Amino acid sequence: MSILASLAPAIAQTTEFVRPAIDWHAFAPELVLLAWGALVTVIDLIGGERTRRFMPSLTGIGFLLAMIPVLTLWSQNDDLPRVLFDGAYMVDHYSLVLKGIFLVSAYVIVLLSSNYMAEGDYYDAEYYQLIAASVLGMLVMTSARDLISIFIALELMSIPAYLMAAWRKSDLKSNEAGLKYMLMGVFASGILLYGMSLLYGAAADTRLVEIADAIDTGETTPIFTLGVLFTIIGFAFKVSAVPFHTWAPDTYEGAPTPLTAFLAVASKAGGFVALVSVVLFAFPHQWEIAEPVMWILSALTMTVGNLIALRQTNIVRMLAYSGIAQAGYMLAPLAVYSKVPDLAQSSIVTYLLIYAAMNLGAFAVVIIAARKTRSGDIESYGGMFRYAPGITVAMTVFLFSLTGIPPMGGWFAKFQIFNALLSAETTAATVLAIIAAVNSVIAAYYYLAIAKQMWFLPAPDGDHSPIVVPPALMAAVAITVIVTIATGSVGVGLVGDATDFVELLASP
Amino acid sequence: MQSFLDSWGITSMVFVPLLGAFIMMLIPEKEEELHKTIAFLATIVSAAIGILLLRNFDYDHTELFQFGVDRSWIDVINARYTVGLDGMSLPLVALTLLVTPLVIIYSWNHIPEPGNAKAFLMLILVLHTGMLGTFVARDLVLFFVFFEVVLLPMYFMIGVWGGEQRLYASIKFFLYTLFGSALMLVSFLALYKLTGAETFDIVRLSELVAEKGIPLSTQVLVFGGMFMGFGIKVPMFPFHTWLPDAHTQAPTQGSVILAAVLLKLGTYGFIRIALPILPAAAVEWAPWIGLLAVIGIIYGALGCLAQTDMKRLIAFSSVAHMGYVMLGIATLTDFGINAAIFGMVAHGLITGMLFFVAGSVKERYHTLEIARLGGLLVQAPKLGWILGITTMASLGLPGLAGFWGEFPVILASYDPAPGLSDTLFRVYMVIAAIGTVLAAGYLLWLLQRTAFGTPSEEFKNDPNIHDTVFTEWVAWVPMLILIVVLGFVPSLIFDVTDGPVQLISDMFVNGVDGSALGE
Repeated sequence: MSILASLAPAIAQTTEFVRPAIDWHAFAPELVLLAWGALVTVIDLIGGERTRRFMPSLTGIGFLLAMIPVLTLWSQNDDLPRVLFDGAYMVDHYSLVLKGIFLVSAYVIVLLSSNYMAEGDYYDAEYYQLIAASVLGMLVMTSARDLISIFIALELMSIPAYLMAAWRKSDLKSNEAGLKYMLMGVFASGILLYGMSLLYGAAADTRLVEIADAIDTGETTPIFTLGVLFTIIGFAFKVSAVPFHTWAPDTYEGAPTPLTAFLAVASKAGGFVALVSVVLFAFPHQWEIAEPVMWILSALTMTVGNLIALRQTNIVRMLAYSGIAQAGYMLAPLAVYSKVPDLAQSSIVTYLLIYAAMNLGAFAVVIIAARKTRSGDIESYGGMFRYAPGITVAMTVFLFSLTGIPPMGGWFAKFQIFNALLSAETTAATVLAIIAAVNSVIAAYYYLAIAKQMWFLPAPDGDHSPIVVPPALMAAVAITVIVTIATGSVGVGLVGDATDFVELLASP
Repeated sequence: MQSFLDSWGITSMVFVPLLGAFIMMLIPEKEEELHKTIAFLATIVSAAIGILLLRNFDYDHTELFQFGVDRSWIDVINARYTVGLDGMSLPLVALTLLVTPLVIIYSWNHIPEPGNAKAFLMLILVLHTGMLGTFVARDLVLFFVFFEVVLLPMYFMIGVWGGEQRLYASIKFFLYTLFGSALMLVSFLALYKLTGAETFDIVRLSELVAEKGIPLSTQVLVFGGMFMGFGIKVPMFPFHTWLPDAHTQAPTQGSVILAAVLLKLGTYGFIRIALPILPAAAVEWAPWIGLLAVIGIIYGALGCLAQTDMKRLIAFSSVAHMGYVMLGIATLTDFGINAAIFGMVAHGLITGMLFFVAGSVKERYHTLEIARLGGLLVQAPKLGWILGITTMASLGLPGLAGFWGEFPVILASYDPAPGLSDTLFRVYMVIAAIGTVLAAGYLLWLLQRTAFGTPSEEFKNDPNIHDTVFTEWVAWVPMLILIVVLGFVPSLIFDVTDGPVQLISDMFVNGVDGSALGE
């Protein structure tokens, strides 16, 4: 009783709730997607079987609709950054570019999923609703500047993915994928939350800038150091950085392939966004702790990912390990973030953009090839140049882009990483740049191994019947090929401009 | 006309082949004749624009970049679309414009196994764009992009249309060059940062390095990265091992382009980028480059003597010849570098020709094993004579083009740039001179074993062995004529290259003082 009585004045105070002024326009992409997702769910409830086949198209339209406010916000350049909820939520160039990347990637993933889901024995309407929910989490993530909103965004993004990873419910491997992913994800969330609680304990605020201000001397207490480390490790699980990567290959292999593409591209990018936001906005003065950790994570991730990828015989597992290695490149700028914060951020976003296009494209080809070969073995790609030259050329574009060969986009992504590292002008950063350069040559070997199968070797069973490509998959390949080539040649200037955040750390 | 050439000349010359490849993409594979015609037309249009450029080139100011275009490209990193033609790039552009159409003519009835003229010719066109672009680029990032574009088509040409060991050869070629260019890119970026992150323009960077007083030790490291990139492409000993495999396994067309143009991308990189931008580091590196060059000369020659396969022998002779080119560059003198550029063109024509002949021999005898060949002069006398002339040119006979690539280099080594040890380079000179004797040895021995004598029992009555055919004549005559003409009138090239080479060699004339740079 006495406790309640003592709380009474506080309760009385909080009842005088004043709604914060909400900038509806700035919040519109999330709201549109939320409303549309709800609408689609209702349509599914009412329509049942009759409306089922419209679900992919409806979901896709939802992503495109949410693009409209992103574009209008971008066009009102002078009003940026827009701050909501007392600094917990921010709409700036950084978040808008990422929202664009997430929405377009999600659209491509819907294109990849429609035939796969329709042809198998799956709950397909729910699948699209979960994708929309997960993408909503990603949109929130791009703007979240507060520990709580970051955590909520992360869970909103991850929990639907746990379900979808086990979507092939009659397949043991898929069950394994879902279970492993969920256990690891929950474990990572636990570590992350623990780290966040320590940060909150030390700084007495959940907003990232406030945390940075609270401990701006660079003098750190052990509690704060632990908080920084645990937070970084929590995100390291999400982005599958070595040594926290072990869930990724099994999950990728077992999950339905379109969902694998989603995990490898969108979900991973979501984790990166959170990591970049937290490190850059909350730990600007703690670089002495964070940078060495990032250096080690980056060097380990790219090297181990590449070396294991060399030995894979299944293409999805190979792409999983190659994705781990690519995450290593993306982590590299965080090893120098105190020296070049702007460049670190923009180079990671550049990488995410180009990586999304080329990796989604590679998965599109994997899905197309599996329609004929019913196999994920790299050997089953033999002779494809003879019977499916178009697909072969498209895959070649993606593979060379992943290798980093101009005029495909991948070179500019790597270039910007090198640019960030060398701008720091420290020996450690230069060494990391050279490690990255050597790694990109190692990676070339296994990417080329696929190109070799497709171009140089005969079809394993002598079957030269052409592959029938449904229009949705064709569209997905077309979009990704165009983006992959454009981002490395004629459009590379545009990519540079879009990802050049000059007023990056402009705090509210 | 002049205004078109000034603003669009180089760009259209570079990208017309790519446009041709794009059009071919839309045409079904079975229209083989149409594909050949389009590919040929694309290279001819490109060559025609090139000829117009050559005619309107101001030969009194070869040191200036002419027909220059400078447009914004990647603003964030200050990389621009900057192209131009000067006396140093002109001979190489001309060489490229000549060789590719000839290769396409040769392909008319020589599409290698397993066929598919469409893909094969499209790759040649992409290759053409990449090579031309590399020679005209004046911005390091643009240069890098074109330099790398060349990798892809060559990888597929070797891998799809190559010989028995094609898988191994193609991946080896790719990984070696990629390794070099990854380090080269890191060097380019380091240079960009060290000079204040203002520009990637080659000329401007060269000025900035001088202004900023970058420590010599740093310069030497940056030069090292470029050395890996260009040196592997050349290829210099000990990075040459990809070359014999790639050459031997590549289809004839691939070998010709590889020998005639691709190897020059490396040497061109040295004189266009490494030397002018980092002269002080170049002085430090020159003795080592010279050393590797002469090792290459002797090693290549000894390698040739040990070969049993004609194509592999020619490939090793490339290592030796590129050794002369690199030795010329390492002298850092006007004379040496001019000779090096001449050597590039001459080697392009001569070794390109040798690979053409080897391809035709292979087509007739289905083997290139020297021990099984013989009596070519009896069975196919014209082909035999062409082989004879070309080997003579290759061993550096005066009056043919090869002479002007080797002899002046040897002379130049007698008196290298100030700051380099005279004694050391005179030792190199002697070794290089011994190399010419060895070259005469292995080339004459090759000629003797393949062309002289009587045909072996195996091929005596083979109806497949016939003399040169029409497409071969069309493809070869221009190259043979040039080999002779350049042999008699070397000033055709020396007059053009001397202007820009003077600019480089002037940097070394008074000695670049490393200590003044704040070592």
